This record gives sequence, C-alpha cells and structure tokens, in this order.
Amino acid sequence: MKEEVLFTMETPYRQPLAVKGWFFGAPEKKTLAVMGALRGNEIQQMYLCARLIRSLRELELSGSLSEDCGILVIPCANQFSMNVGRRFWAADNTDINRMFPGYDAGETTQRIAAWIFEALQGYTYGVHVASLYLPGSCLPHLRIMKTGYQTPETARDFGLPYVALRQPHPYDTTTLNYNWQIWDTQAFSLYTPTTDRIDTASADKGVEAILRFLQKRGLCRCSVEEQDKEICIFDEEILCNVKPEVGGLLVHKTVLGSRVQQGQPLAEVLDPCGGTLRQILCAPMDGRIFFAHESCLINGFDVALRVLPDLK
Amino acid sequence: MIQEVARVPLAVGEDLVIRKQRLGDGTPRLCVVTGTHGDELEGQYVAWRLNRLLQENSKHLHGTVDIYPALNPLGISTMTRGMPLCDLDMNRTFPGSREGAMSELIAARLMEDITGADACIDIHASNIFLREIPQVRINVNTAEKLVPLAKYLNMNLLWVHGAATVLESTLAHSLNAVGTPTLVVEMGIGIRITRTFGEQLLTGILSLMAHLGMWDAPVPPVAPPIVSSDGAVSFVNAGCSGVFFPTAEHGTRVEEGQELGMIADPLTGDIRAVLRSPVNGLLFTLREYPVVYEGSLIARILGGSI
Ligand SMILES: [Zn+2]
Repeated sequence: MKEEVLFTMETPYRQPLAVKGWFFGAPEKKTLAVMGALRGNEIQQMYLCARLIRSLRELELSGSLSEDCGILVIPCANQFSMNVGRRFWAADNTDINRMFPGYDAGETTQRIAAWIFEALQGYTYGVHVASLYLPGSCLPHLRIMKTGYQTPETARDFGLPYVALRQPHPYDTTTLNYNWQIWDTQAFSLYTPTTDRIDTASADKGVEAILRFLQKRGLCRCSVEEQDKEICIFDEEILCNVKPEVGGLLVHKTVLGSRVQQGQPLAEVLDPCGGTLRQILCAPMDGRIFFAHESCLINGFDVALRVLPDLK
Repeated sequence: MIQEVARVPLAVGEDLVIRKQRLGDGTPRLCVVTGTHGDELEGQYVAWRLNRLLQENSKHLHGTVDIYPALNPLGISTMTRGMPLCDLDMNRTFPGSREGAMSELIAARLMEDITGADACIDIHASNIFLREIPQVRINVNTAEKLVPLAKYLNMNLLWVHGAATVLESTLAHSLNAVGTPTLVVEMGIGIRITRTFGEQLLTGILSLMAHLGMWDAPVPPVAPPIVSSDGAVSFVNAGCSGVFFPTAEHGTRVEEGQELGMIADPLTGDIRAVLRSPVNGLLFTLREYPVVYEGSLIARILGGSI
C-alpha cells in the first residue's frame, strides 16, 4: 500500500486542499480505480472507500492480490466543502461532478476535475462510488451510461442484484462516469441507499461487490461469497415514478426494496397542519420499491417513489 | 393582464406560482423572460420599465408582449441561484417533461407558454462574481438566424460561442430548437441592478419591437454591436489564491501587458501576483468579487480581429 498526495490546491484563508490516493498491488499496472466523495455530503461514499482501503491493505499483506493487479482508491476529493457542511464547492457552489473531463487552465472546479481525471486515467475499470442528485435513497445498484462504449455484461461480476443502464441526458455528459467511459475506462457508478448518513450494511455490500469483481476477474483471491441471486440488468427508463398531485407530509407505508402489488398503498400525503389525508399513493404495477423520497415534506409532482416493474 | 403560467403545490400552505404580465393582443408576440437564476436581478429593472412604458403608451403597441419577471420565484426570493429544494440549475432542466419531476414539469409548462412567440429575450446577469458589459450570447449553430435579430438589442457585444452538449438543456437552446428565436442577454452582475444597462436594453427591446412591426413610436437609434467568435476572446484566470484588487476599469480598452489588477495576501502584506492583459482589446468581463482561488476567472478580453 502506498498513500500519496495526488495533487494540492492552495485555498485562501484555509489549509491547502490535498487530495490523496491509496495505491495497492503492482504500481505499474492500472487495473481498477475507485473514486469516492466528489461532493461535500458524500460521507457514505467516503466511508465505503475507507472500508475498501482497509480490506485491500489486508489482502495485499496476505499476498492475495495478483501480480497483474494495480488499484487506486481516492476516498475524498472535496474535504474543502465537507468540513464546512456544504454539498457543492463551498466557494462558488459548483459541482465537481458536472465539470468532467475538466480543464486545467479553467475555473477552480474545472481544474480540480482535470487533476482528478488525470489521476484516474488509463485504468481498465473504474468505479465511482456515487450519490443520487435528488434527495432520496435507492437500492444498492450499479449504473452504466449508454455512451456506445458500455459493457453491461462485465457488471455481472460485481454480483450486485441490479444494474441500471442510463441513456445520457445533456447534463450527464459532464459527469465522471460518462467521461471515464468515453476515455476508454469501463466505468460503473456504485450507488448505496445513503449519502450524508453512514449505512454500514450497504457500505459492506459495496466493498464486497468490488472485491467480488476483482476475484471474478482473477485479480485477487479473497473469500467473498458468490452471489447466487439473479442479476437484473434494466434500462433506467422502465422505473415508474409515483408522484403526488398535492404537497404535504409524506408518510411511507412500505420500505425500500419491498415487493409491491399493483394498487397497493405505498405512501400517504397528509395535510401538514390539519392532519387530514390528502392523497394515497398506490403502486402502478407489480414490482419492487427501487427509490424512496427521503424528506418528510413533499411538493406536488415531486417523485415520492420509483417502482421497478417485475420483468417478464 | 396578470396570467398564471404554472402552479405547483409546495409542501406546507403555499403554492409555487409563476406569473406573467400580458400586454396588448394578437400577433406578433414577444416574450421577455428573466429570473431563471435567483441571484441575477438586472432583468427586474428591465421588466418593470418595459411594463410601465408599454402600459403608458399602449396605443403604439401592435401585438402581444409577455413579461415573465421570475421564472424561478423560490430562487429570487431566497437569493439562491438554482431551485432551492433540489439544488438544480433551472437552466439545465429544459425542455422538461409533463411526466417528469416538479422541476421538469415547470420547465415543460414554460416551454409550452413561450413556444410560438415571434421572439424571446432571456435576460441574465452574469453571477455574483463577474461584471459583464451588455452582450448577447449566441450558439454558433443558431448564429445565422439570431445575429440579425440581436443587432437590434442595443448591446455592446454579440458573442457567438461554440456549441456544447451540456448547454442543450437551457431554455434558449430548447426554444431555438423548436423554432422560437430566443436571444440570451448577459449584462451587469448578480444581486445588483445597473440602471444604465437596463435603459440600454430597454431601448434595444423597443428597437426590436419596431423591427417586428409591434411598436410605432420613435425609438432612438441603436449603435451596432461588436460581433465576435470564441477565437477573439482571451481569458485571464487567477494563478494563485488571495484577494483581488482591480486596477483596470471594466468596459474599457486595455493594451497588451497592461495591469488589470493584483492578487494580494492580507496576512503577509505581499502582492502574490500582478495580472496583465494578454492582448490589446476590450475588457468586457471583470471580476468584482474579491476573494479568489486558483482558477478563478478574473477577466475576459475581446482582442484580435475586431
Ligand atoms: Zn443566468
């Protein structure tokens, strides 16, 4: 294991932003790179990377990493915002994950993105431990952008139960995942249910998934269990949004991951002051709760839940 | 007549309502929209002035003018650039979708309301960091159609910029894509109002209306703008962090090598960097917000073949 400062950027009035990477295995091999927190609220994402670093250190010490395997993990590139409780770059509110591939003569966050991207270049596989843009939690899954270079079958080796394929929107073209893939890295975004709270169980599942991938690819010998459940690869567009027509207090009647039947009540929207029931949100089809709005308050037409329909 | 363009219930005892003022009737129709970014207020003055002027001189108006002062009411009311609840830049949500989440639904309703107008002017005011001279920004793919219209707007500069995929989700791109000519004005600076710029644009709007056959009162002549492509624009970014003190004046001509300002260190008393113009040209963008980071944009200069 080698801990190294990848780049440093000075900041006025504060300590320099020093972004660190942890290298494992063969230094000249670029097999897998894992990117953690790019936003200041991505605590779970940083935690997952920290757990991964601990596991990789043990595997390396016990000689379990293949000679052909070189790994880089960057747990956090945005302590500047994290330490002051801000989600985006705290000086100008820009999102580093909307700045890729970056520009090293451009604005501050374009430069940071360029330096991160440079460090992440040339790896065969890339995992961005990512968070959802919208506030809410989703089932652990991998997301792959349909850039034309995507390799969804490779994703099976992570053994996570769901792999979502996303048709890129214009704003996706400036994300790490999209640009990584365009620049010849097989890129996967790894989502777990939380962002600013640590969920140890799903973080462990995420670490296991990355180790399982390495094992399946013959890059590491470890004792991660085979995943015997079926893996569902689906187009993100098939997720069905459940939205209220009214605003109010949102009270969930199911939990993330529940199997639901068409017509089953999933949540209620209550008058936040008078307490009366305004709307019952029902399942539009048989399926599974894939995403749930996290906040107790909900506006009209906000996405309260997303249901993954049963695939025939 | 005040009309409602979109209404969405918020969680607690309030609706999000986007409204417009409709003046006149029939065709042609001009839409003047602003307040997409909640920290940009220059358009508020223009909306107010245009509103009063048209109401007081309604006999000269032929056609319809729709004025939308606040596309992002939650943002303007809270000095938030984006949409406060979801941290979304509203100008990355177009053309939106009737089936989408709240932000997309609002975008779709705005698109429906504006689409079909003979022209649309989308007024922006830079951001809180940079001061801009009055200018129109035009995507190179729409330049042929828009540059002739933009010349009426009485702005100092028409910047014809390169196409970028990420900009396809802007209001202007989406409207232009469906055949509604939309001009993006950038002028002044965030959270401030520069009345002289507002008056200048007001004259431009009346001049465009006269061109469209909507306005028959005399309009002062407008000065022809500089038309420029990306190639003629030079950028000056901070190479270090500190506090920026400008020496050059915004909107003036500068010489190659001329000092634009310095980056100072209040803790040590040092001058960390002196920033100079890389070209002879017009200093059309100048940093106003003093605290700078490595990479912070300090200035843009229009040089080369102008
Ligand atoms: Zn703007």
